[in-house]
Amino acid sequence: MNKEEFIQFFAEQFDETEPEEFKAETEFRQLEEWDSMVALMVIAMIDEEYNVKVSGDDIRNSTTIADLMAVVESKK
Amino acid sequence: MMSQAYIKAISYYLPEHILTNEALVKEFPEWTVEKVAKKVGINQRHISAQDEFTSDMAIKASQKLFEEHSIDKADIDFILLCTQSPDYFLPTTACIVQDRLGIPTSAGALDYNQGCSGYVYGLALAKGLIAGGIAKNVLLITSEVYSKHIHQSDKGNRTIFGDAASASLISTDGFAAIGEFELGTDGSGFDDLIVKNGAMKSGTKSTDTNIEMDDFLFMNGAGVFNFTLAAVPSLVENTLSKNQLEGVESVDWFVFHQANSFMLNHLRKKIGIEQENFLMHMQDCGNTVSSTLPIVLKEHHEKFKTGQKALLAGFGVGYSWGGNVLTFC
Repeated sequence: MNKEEFIQFFAEQFDETEPEEFKAETEFRQLEEWDSMVALMVIAMIDEEYNVKVSGDDIRNSTTIADLMAVVESKK
Repeated sequence: MMSQAYIKAISYYLPEHILTNEALVKEFPEWTVEKVAKKVGINQRHISAQDEFTSDMAIKASQKLFEEHSIDKADIDFILLCTQSPDYFLPTTACIVQDRLGIPTSAGALDYNQGCSGYVYGLALAKGLIAGGIAKNVLLITSEVYSKHIHQSDKGNRTIFGDAASASLISTDGFAAIGEFELGTDGSGFDDLIVKNGAMKSGTKSTDTNIEMDDFLFMNGAGVFNFTLAAVPSLVENTLSKNQLEGVESVDWFVFHQANSFMLNHLRKKIGIEQENFLMHMQDCGNTVSSTLPIVLKEHHEKFKTGQKALLAGFGVGYSWGGNVLTFC
């Protein structure tokens, strides 16, 4: 799994947060724009791009984008 | 011989009061009008008046049905009413509706409790009543005042849900033949979309000074979304095969429960349905639970040509799902 690509896909789910703000260590749930709708869009993106289903708990248990990436990797 | 069942007519009613995105954003300033419109595909929703309930809306939708389609209420011999926000624990809302509409006392009447799959379930029950020779003209009503289940601080649910009622006449002739059904249930997801308090198991707990959120509608959005991702593609596939159809190109129109436009577009692409075959109508009424399918059928009615087929798919709270293929006459 390409790390830069995942971060780019992740960043595309946001409208207002600048793409360069997204790094592997970004604590995404702390972002001002983060809400339940963005969470659904991230779930949809991961389903579409990686054919993996992450749960609400998977997202809640992830602090950084790297944590979420590890969940996707483990479910592939 | 078993009688074939048809949808003969559809009408719907939306309450007068409108909640716009502009009004929502005033209450929740962290949202923008554009964001709500773009992500959920809803510009406004209709909200029932404080003194307007499921029976009132069911009656208004039914009166519109009788007037718009010149239907004689004396011909109705069964009322099916789908609701999860009934007027009372008992009696059945459909009984109140029978009396206030002046439908003959010889008619059967019952409520059934389903949400987003409710219209498909209603078609299944109505078809059974007609095929069994029990009824000839079934008044199928869907009516929900979900807004009364939702706490005013709940931005997500207030954005998505709108109140509405629909009335359909299911009969031995009509404009759309009701095909074969695919129905399913997975109660393991029961608490992902729930009003936990207020019935027998756990009464209402809010007091004047303390609001108990379990008294109101709760939705685990991620849980429900993952359920639909898992369930809807196979619902479509199984509904097609039950109707001796193969592949999404064998159907002219797809009518899915109008949950929100973002989720529907994702499902549409995942299943491989072209946008022009995928009918939507929620921009000015929101997710109206069991009324979304009849509202879409009504709004796009002029598109349906003789011999064309439409696949209906309802899915959600329960979890519960159902599919059917209509053939237009």
